[in-house]
Amino acid sequence: MNLAAMDMIDWVIFLAKPVLICVIMLQVVPIMVWVERRGSALIQNRLGPNRIGPLGLLQSLADAIKMMTKEDFIPGHVMGFYYQLAPVLCVVPAFMTFAVIPFAGNLVMDGRTIHFQAADLNVGVLYILSITSLAVYGIIMAGWASNNKYALLGSLRSSAQMISYELTMGLALVGIIMTFSSVQLADIVAGQSQTLIQLGPIAIPKLGIFVQPIGFFLFTTAVFAETNRLPFDLPEGESEIVAGYHLEYSSMKFGLFMMGEYISMAVGSALISTLYFGGFQMLPGMGWLHGQIVQAAALPQLQADLLRVGFEIASFTAKTGFWLWTFVWVRWTIPRFRYDQLMDLGWKFMLPVALLNIFATGFFIYKGWI
Amino acid sequence: MNSPAVFADVSPYFFFIFAGMAILFSTMVVFKKNPASSAFSLVLVFFAFAGIYAAMDAHLVAALQILVYAGAIMVLFVFVIMLLSSDVPSLDMKRSGLMTRIAAVSAVALLLVGLIYVFKNNPSLLPKGPHSPEKIAQVGGNTRAISQLMFSDYLLPFELTSVLLLVGIVGSVALAKRKMGGTK
Repeated sequence: MNLAAMDMIDWVIFLAKPVLICVIMLQVVPIMVWVERRGSALIQNRLGPNRIGPLGLLQSLADAIKMMTKEDFIPGHVMGFYYQLAPVLCVVPAFMTFAVIPFAGNLVMDGRTIHFQAADLNVGVLYILSITSLAVYGIIMAGWASNNKYALLGSLRSSAQMISYELTMGLALVGIIMTFSSVQLADIVAGQSQTLIQLGPIAIPKLGIFVQPIGFFLFTTAVFAETNRLPFDLPEGESEIVAGYHLEYSSMKFGLFMMGEYISMAVGSALISTLYFGGFQMLPGMGWLHGQIVQAAALPQLQADLLRVGFEIASFTAKTGFWLWTFVWVRWTIPRFRYDQLMDLGWKFMLPVALLNIFATGFFIYKGWI
Repeated sequence: MNSPAVFADVSPYFFFIFAGMAILFSTMVVFKKNPASSAFSLVLVFFAFAGIYAAMDAHLVAALQILVYAGAIMVLFVFVIMLLSSDVPSLDMKRSGLMTRIAAVSAVALLLVGLIYVFKNNPSLLPKGPHSPEKIAQVGGNTRAISQLMFSDYLLPFELTSVLLLVGIVGSVALAKRKMGGTK
């Protein structure tokens, strides 16, 4: 990108995209906390928070106020600088990953093409992997700087878990890269709009889940492990290591760890939708609806495009929302693993299967089946 | 990317910011007493390098720099440091003798003079390769250009490297098993 050649409007677009993404991601946290609490209550046949606001919707706001106004106590035995830095390092990589996820198709306005993606890097997926691999530093640093053996054990556990599942995640992504022959997420999304099979009037699109079903399961499992969500929430364990790496943290610093978890969940959901469910490709029926509206109202090109972008953002949000709900759903349905089971699953089952998946994908591509 | 005037198309501000960061954190790696602090500083050095690569439009190298060095190798370093006792200072902070200090200062001065001499007399150290930025753009980006080369012209060295890594893994497992008191 040539910074010198950008005019005022380019700069506004350039700066608005990251700000917009950050603001939306921050809204995901309170909403998901509410969904998590109400959802768990629904699954366990309880009521959940229902006193503050309609359906308890303002509960998250109350929680946030509590977090921020609580005394920010720093124990005397911690290593000051790194103790303060660790929660920030947990949140920042989560935000950074979203930069390469496209959330709508390009829009041509006034001869200017707007990409709905903060940064279209030609290393796309590799950027995601490298930023994900950094998330582990916040956790290591928190455990180490807390100067507490439970915190250290929790952080060692957690980082070992994240490193193990990063391998599977990377190998699962190789299948997708091979199938769509690109590492750029925009290309992968575009590739998924092609037709895989034509069944009469219905065209089955070449979605990632149809061409990479095994890769999808491996990737989703790895995302659950990377975000430290149940059934893989081994970093904490009240009976073994108390609260794990955030044992010594209170008030908003603890809040930042929680925010990091929810933002990683949102990024993981967005990634699953983008890689395996066509990203911003419209949901079935929406394309037809869009065509009907454009025809009925005789919309000019620009307004039709704007409507299309709106539909695409809605589709992307719906898919991501579904996966966010799945995170909650799984958490309150499946019991947690034991640590050795987790490691066995990662190294002895998922890693070999991921390698086999790559070979199978290569064979399929060689035969010309996908 | 490998034209003689390699820094001409890199914004000098970015270069000086990242180069300054790299030098600052490299000195911190050496002078920090706590080994974990040194390791965290080294991570930042890798980031600064990645920044310089990215400013040179070598996005793939930048991503791999972070993925491999900051994301994998340094995590293992930090692991080892945390598992060993971390209160042993990495540097013997006793004041060194006068002769040692004179030797250190003169060695650094000599290196500086040597580097200045070399760069003054050879402005174009890098030979011009076939992969100009235009050609890379034509092929479709760094990632595609590098992977095409890696799986065609350089396939044998690439595969040999992976065999070498495998040998390393097998060797380390064999050594560790013997130390753990295997019966054979």
